[in-house]
This record gives sequence, structure tokens and C-alpha cells, in this order.
Amino acid sequence: MKDQNRQLLSGDEAIALAARHAGVALGTGYPGTPSTEILEVFSKLGGVAQWSPNEKVAMEVAIGAAFAGARALCTMKHVGLNVAADPLFTASYTGVTGALVIVSADDPGMASSQNEQDNRRYAVAAGLPMLEPSDSQEAYDFTLQAIEISERWQIPVLLRVTTRVCHSYTVVQSRSDSTPAPEASFARDIRSRVMIPAYARPAHRRLRKKLAEIQAWNETSKLNPVIAGSPMLGIVASGISVMHAREVAPEASLLKLSLTHPLPLKQIEQFAKSVQRCVVIEEGDPYLVDAIRAAGVRVEGKAEMYRFGELDVARVKRILNYDLTAETSPPPGKPPQLCDGCQYRVVFEALRKRDCIVAGDIGCYTLGVLQPFEAIDSCVCMGASLGVGLGLRHVLPPDQARRVVSVIGDSTFMHTGINGLVEMVYNPPATGHVLIILDNSTTAMTGHQEHPGTGRKLNHEPTNKVTLESVARGIGVERVFVVEPRLGSVEFERALDESLASGELSVIIARRPCILIAKELKRYEQQCECPK
Amino acid sequence: MNNSANALSKESMSKVTNVVVAGLGGQGVLKGTDILAEAVVRAGFDVKKSEIKGMSQRGGSVTGDVRFGKQVFSPMVTSGEADFLLVFEPSQVEPNRHFLRPEGVMITPDVVDAERLPSKKTLNVALLGALSAHLPVPESLWLETLKSGFDESFFEANKQAFQIGRATQSNSVR
Repeated sequence: MKDQNRQLLSGDEAIALAARHAGVALGTGYPGTPSTEILEVFSKLGGVAQWSPNEKVAMEVAIGAAFAGARALCTMKHVGLNVAADPLFTASYTGVTGALVIVSADDPGMASSQNEQDNRRYAVAAGLPMLEPSDSQEAYDFTLQAIEISERWQIPVLLRVTTRVCHSYTVVQSRSDSTPAPEASFARDIRSRVMIPAYARPAHRRLRKKLAEIQAWNETSKLNPVIAGSPMLGIVASGISVMHAREVAPEASLLKLSLTHPLPLKQIEQFAKSVQRCVVIEEGDPYLVDAIRAAGVRVEGKAEMYRFGELDVARVKRILNYDLTAETSPPPGKPPQLCDGCQYRVVFEALRKRDCIVAGDIGCYTLGVLQPFEAIDSCVCMGASLGVGLGLRHVLPPDQARRVVSVIGDSTFMHTGINGLVEMVYNPPATGHVLIILDNSTTAMTGHQEHPGTGRKLNHEPTNKVTLESVARGIGVERVFVVEPRLGSVEFERALDESLASGELSVIIARRPCILIAKELKRYEQQCECPK
Repeated sequence: MNNSANALSKESMSKVTNVVVAGLGGQGVLKGTDILAEAVVRAGFDVKKSEIKGMSQRGGSVTGDVRFGKQVFSPMVTSGEADFLLVFEPSQVEPNRHFLRPEGVMITPDVVDAERLPSKKTLNVALLGALSAHLPVPESLWLETLKSGFDESFFEANKQAFQIGRATQSNSVR
């Protein structure tokens, strides 16, 4: 019990610890629940970690590190992988020289997300091996395993985790037998890394050959153990569903899938044949069941009603019992809200009062949609406030168009809002447009991470600062206001009225640090003032 | 994961203890489940602790599940299966009552005399103290965990709050 290596860790912490033990040279990412803690902990453990402006850039930086022969880790939430999909789909062609582990943290049930997309589909679409841990021990083990697979087949590996794995704490036994990390060194390999069509065609064939090899290896690897049990009921499961299934049906035979792309289909077929009834238990989309049936193996899946939300012990029991009766939802708790002293309250009150049509974005301020404000009319994805607001302005009749504003946070603006601002300047609506950047000097919603506009790195040490007003002016917006939104001040409302009335392009930067990090900000500033 | 683990599972399942801790963002719910999980792990149990973070940071409802025993599979407590329900905020009793099993024990802020606590902030530790009276974990391990789980300067206050809670007769509701 006093074993130094036995620790209670979250899945995120376990991934960070494994990355550290494996000598990962660089961790990159963009904050997003439930993935955020991985890089924060990796940094605290002494690893080199950095937030990029968005997931696409983070992925590209990690690809560069892996081209140089180093071990790289790239973390993001599920929707972040959409942003990073462009490099992802071609990195599988180029392959890597070192190791590249991409963590996709999915959020079935949407504890803190705008959708519950199932990123296992990305492994298939991009052609990547995928590992799915079911607890923190496996999060640790599979991070090391992912590095091994990545280096052996020179291919990026997807480590697909879910909210329950990321944020559940389970006992982890760490080890120190990881192979030493290779030294980074550039070796030219133009045909592998320059994806002009002539080089990409053979690269695609190489990728399919690697996947075929990995599939053959997976058939006999120890990654997909059978837990022997009754021949009457067999369960095929992966990720957290394994745990629910073991609890519900401890007597069942269970094939626990860990490397879930490419699937060990022969092993699955053999298992299915060894039991009378074979049920696939999986959260989200019917990914496993579709793939297994497509291979001609007879298995049962779950009813469509269980595609929605997380699985748990009660729902797995229902699936096994063919229970299609309506589920009772637990009584609602207290919904989140903008903090009492939040400076954005002033902004949303002003927007509500003017009956503005508000194209919103992703962050704390999305809570402006709830009572008492109800002052957000759309929220699609990171950065969408710009494009959606402009689209509305382009087609609405002028009396409505003039009331459209886009509202975005500082970190979200850095993420993908900048592109939207370029669009605003390039294709200005006839009535002009108003962009409000809520600059609270942090990425608040995910737990106060730094971003390029704060002038501090992931570990809060000072770095170059990208200034919002310089960016807006540099892109070509002439009317740029910097105001402080606070109770009793009309500064913000004045800038808003002037902008709305002008019929031109305006950017209002509503700047006031988040009240929750006032203490930390003071400390960071003092550190910055230290003699260099 | 091996065959012997499976053979154990049925027996150990009956011995898993389920605790749900509920409150509002900022009340120290997650810190409370941290301490509880760490204390039972030190006592040699297998433990799983589950929590939902994210939007709950903005003052919304927060719950944390702690399950411990010989071997724990699912990290989540099923509705109607909680042996103990700790609620830090009266408004959160009703939304979470469904977790409690019929003979389960609910521990709410009124089990401790708030006036006697060293500070309002130590309520979560006091309620852990009340819970601790029901659990097979020696007091020394709890205190050890409180010492390492918080800044050292809070230890005396936490120890006092914990012992006030531990000494109370927890009211068993339902």
C-alpha cells in the first residue's frame, strides 16, 4: 500500500505521467474540456507543453516535432479534432519519424460541449490506429503503447478517451521500463513528407499496408483480452463501457477491445461464435457493431435510444434486457450562470436592451443565452460568431441587419475568430458590422488557461503578446474601440451605439480581466516585472 | 484483467461502497471527493472517483461519486445505489435524493453546528468527518490525508472541523 508508484490519478493525469515517463519532447494542444488537464499536468511534471492558438496549429507543431524524430503529444477535445482534421488526414499519409500521439477527448452526454460527436469515426476516416482506455491505468499504459505503435509503424496514433475516463480517478501503477526517447535530428525524406500528388499516391498505399500489418498484429496482440465467463452471454465492449458491462454482468464472457482500429475482426468472430448471445456494448455511435456486422459476424447492438448521452450501469442493464421503455431523467440541478460580478453582465444587458441579434461563440459568455439575459441568438462552433453574424447581415432586410452583432471571447478570437475578421474586412456587409471581443485576459471556461493574447505561456511565464487592437487594425478595421465594461459606466454602451449607428465595420474590445483570476494575474504581473 | 479477477467480481461487488457528494460550484465538492478517495486508497481499497467538470465551474450543481471496495468497475454511482449521500447545500438535497438507496444515509449541513466550525469554508471537511464515522478507515489515515490534501496552514482548522463532524450522530433520512 505504501508503494510509491501506486497513485490515484485521473485519466488526464495518467496520460500526462506516461508522456513524461516516455520522454515526450513536446506537448501541444488547445484547452478543451475534458482534455485540458493533460498538458497542464505534463507541464507541472516538468514536460515542455504549450497552448497553440487552435488545434490545427497544435497538430502541425506536433507533426513537425515528430518529423524531427522526437516523441510528440497533441491533446484536444473532440470538436478540436474537426479543426485539426486537415493536417490529421495527411499526417497519416506522411507518417512520422518519431512518435505522434493525438489525444481526442470525447464528451458523450455533453457535460461541457456543443455536440457529442463520436471521434472513433476519425480513426477510420483518416486511417489511424486507435487505442481506447477504460480507466486511468489503461490511460497510462496505452499512452506508452501508442508511442510504441507510432514508432514501430511510423504512423500517428489516436488515443481516444471520454469524459468519464479523463475525469475519473482510479488507481495507477506506473512503471519505468519505457524505451529511451530518441534524440531529435533532421533526416531529409522528401518523398514521404512532401505530399504533392506524385508522392501522395504511393503514400496512401503505404498507409493501407501499415494498417493491414497493424490489424494482423492486433489479432494476436495482448491488447484485447477475453475475460472468460458463461457461454450463454458474450459482451464485446471498449472504453468505459467495459467497466459498466463487467459490473452489470459479471458472469458473462467479455471481449475487451483496446486497439479499436483496425479491429481484430477474426478474434471478434471467434469470440462471437463461442457464445450463444453476443452483445456489443458501446457508447455513442454504433461504430463497433457496424464494423463487426459488416465483416459478416452476427452480434447484437443497442437500441437507437441508447445512442444519446453517456452509458452507465443502469443503461447497460437495460440494453442487455432489451428494455425500450422510457427512461426517467433525474431532477434538474442548478444550471451554471455568469458569475455575479462578471463584467459581461453589462454587455449582455446592453445587447438585450437594444434587441440586438447576437451571433455568439464558445466560452463562459455563451451563458448570456440563459436568463435573465437570453441575449445570444446562435452558437455553433469556435469562431463562428463572425461568419454567422456576417451571413445574417448580408441577407437580412436593412432594419434587421443593422441590429446584428458578433460576440466572441479573447481566446476564441485567437482560435479561429481572426479568420472571420479577415472575412469581415474582405466581404463587408452593406450595413457594416460590429464585432465585440470580450477580453477577460484568459480562457475562462476551461479553467483559466493562457492564450497568445495574454502574453504568458502555458506555464504562465512571460512571452510575446499578440494585441487584439493591433490585430484588428492590422487586418484593416478602422473603427477600433477599447472600453472597460463595468457597472455604472456607460463607456461600453456609448461605443456600441456609435458602432451600430455608423453602418461601418467596427471592433469593440470590452476589456476587463476575469474576476476569478484577479489574484493570479497580480502574481504573474509581479513575476513579469522582475529584472530579466 | 484475468480469470481470477472475474471469479472475484461477484463477491467483491456486494462489498462496494457507494458515496455521492453534491453541492454547488465553489463549495469544495470535488476537494471533498478527493480527500475521501485518497483516504480509502490509503486504507488499501480499490477506489474509483468520478466527477463532471466543465460548466459546473460557473456556480451550477456539482456531484462527485466515490466507489470503493475490493475491486471497483464502473466509476459512477447508479441512481438508487448510494450508501451515503453527502449534500453541502440544502437546495441540492432534492435533486440528488434519487441516488440514495432505501436504507442509505444522507448527511446534510444541519448535522453540524455551523457556529462551532473554525470557518464556513471547513463545512465540507466537517461533513466528511460525519461520514467518516460510518467508514472502515482509521482516523489517523483521514488526518494524514487532510494534512497532505490541503495547504499545511489549514490543517489545524480542518482537523477541528473534521472531529466536530466525526463526533456528530449523523441523521439517517428516508
